[in-house]
Amino acid sequence: MSLPLFLEQTLNGVQLGVMLFLMSAGLTLVFGIMNLINLAHGALYMLGAFIAATVADKSGSFLLGAVVAVVATAAIGALLEVALLRRFYHRSHLDQVLVTFGLILVFNQVTQLIWGAVPMRFNLPDAVAGSIELFPGMNYPVFRLVILGVGLVVGLLLYVMIMRTRIGMWVRAGASNRAMASAIGVNVEMVFIGVFAAGAALAGLAGLMAGPILAVQVGMGEPVLILALVVTVIGGIGSINGALVAAIMIGLIDTFGRVLLSPALGSMVIFLAMAVILAWKPKGLFPVHG
Amino acid sequence: MADLAPTPNRRDWFAILLLLAVLAVVPPIAEAVGQPFAIKVASRVVVFAIAAVGLNLVLGFGGMVSLLHAGLFGVGGYVIGILAWHDFNGEALHLGPIAYAGTGNLLISLPLAVLVSAGAAALMGVVSLRTNGAYFIMITLAFNQMLYYLGVALQKYGGEDGLQIQGDLSLAGLDPSKRLVYFYVSLAALAVVMVLVQRLVGSRFGMVLRATAQNERRVKALGIPPTRYRLTAFALSGGIAGLAGALMASGQQFISPADMSWVRSGDLVVMCVLGGLTTVWGPVLGAALFLLLELGLSSLTNAWQLPFGLIVIGMAVWLHDGLIGAIRRWVQS
Repeated sequence: MSLPLFLEQTLNGVQLGVMLFLMSAGLTLVFGIMNLINLAHGALYMLGAFIAATVADKSGSFLLGAVVAVVATAAIGALLEVALLRRFYHRSHLDQVLVTFGLILVFNQVTQLIWGAVPMRFNLPDAVAGSIELFPGMNYPVFRLVILGVGLVVGLLLYVMIMRTRIGMWVRAGASNRAMASAIGVNVEMVFIGVFAAGAALAGLAGLMAGPILAVQVGMGEPVLILALVVTVIGGIGSINGALVAAIMIGLIDTFGRVLLSPALGSMVIFLAMAVILAWKPKGLFPVHG
Repeated sequence: MADLAPTPNRRDWFAILLLLAVLAVVPPIAEAVGQPFAIKVASRVVVFAIAAVGLNLVLGFGGMVSLLHAGLFGVGGYVIGILAWHDFNGEALHLGPIAYAGTGNLLISLPLAVLVSAGAAALMGVVSLRTNGAYFIMITLAFNQMLYYLGVALQKYGGEDGLQIQGDLSLAGLDPSKRLVYFYVSLAALAVVMVLVQRLVGSRFGMVLRATAQNERRVKALGIPPTRYRLTAFALSGGIAGLAGALMASGQQFISPADMSWVRSGDLVVMCVLGGLTTVWGPVLGAALFLLLELGLSSLTNAWQLPFGLIVIGMAVWLHDGLIGAIRRWVQS
């Protein structure tokens, strides 16, 4: 493997990693705090892409599309929490799997009814459409750099917010001991809605950024959901640190696996890596709950 | 998890016999009223019922929510397909030092399919069962996708497009591509599986398994190592799922990665829950309901996944004990 190719793939891997981190952050917090497995998280990723593509197309502004998509997915997430999923925090994991599995079917079908079965075009604004020469002999698409930048900034903000602010303290308190956090005066209900909405918005953000690279189509959320689940499990469910480390790791493994082996074999390597890590540490790399 | 599944009793044996009898008369009735398509539907019901009964051994009786079973179903199907491919193409299958010519004889390849899928289940079970609860669900889901991508990676055997079985398959002189043969062979397999699982859950092994689902710590305190029991049940359950997949591949002469997608695993879980998790025969009813509902809704509208998804959500919200429980409560009130 030549050096420029190696650098390019490393950038691709890290970029996939930050996207996965955006996806898994919501997943891992929702599980860590509310004890809920949300298989429908990928639907929000899909909706983010569709909403952004539509608004950007109608208004001509990519930025407006992005903002509307993030706000809309946050609202949908909050609505889901209030209307349906909060009933499931104390139910069995099986019930949670069922309800979110049903949600996937509903979201996919509704999306198809609204936007059709044909993949949607999502054009980039001219400013970020080209490529740029990073090193001599190595061109890299500007938009991928934008994703990398946005992902890193949002990831960093999230990290600082959770590790360094009062709100983040509530969230972490909720994650490590829900009953105790509630007893010492944390408004757990609001934290729950907030975490769900934020997680949804992050998934929407990841989706709208992936839209122009991959196809905007029904079912685009599921492959990413599975990778995000792998990241969550490897990192340790409920751990933001773990999600970050595991996301970058999986991003790199996936990218290089696909280049060095075939795409299908590359995808298998991720799951093998997961199996090896879990055989060694069943609770993930950074376990939260004892 | 719900209450400890009750020890099977005489009523369960009656239900099993009744279900088998009802299924057995479908073909003559279908022929009589000139609806041979119904036999095809019934075969599908039987095959998925086998997989659902297998899954329910770990799901309903062992309390393990596995999303791996479509993958194991596919492993069984691929064993049949790959052996038939080598037989048809006259090229030996090399596995390390062993070279095998392949076969279209289902008396050999069906047991092999069960063994290989049970082995795969045991292997993945060793890792998955180190964890429990949500981790277990997510890990089995990930393993399911690993098997899916393995299917896609098998370029030699059709890759993403799937593997068409070209040579003739035979089962002790019978031709499984014939509609009736296929149906009754599958039904016989379902009968064997139901009797086996029913005997098993009523045995000492089954009691430990059910107790493990309810309170693992107490089982440990009694001096019983629960993981051994779980792993055995998981392997067995995987073997049964593999048998179902092998039968489907033999009947349709086709197997593809699409049969292994994790959504199929979710479908199997829905079947079990629809029929009720506390009996061996519930999932059979669940499989029938699921497939008929799918058929009925899709004939009404292209957007059938919307009402179907709403039904699944409604079931998760209101029906903890499946359709059987709902009927029982309705009868009692």
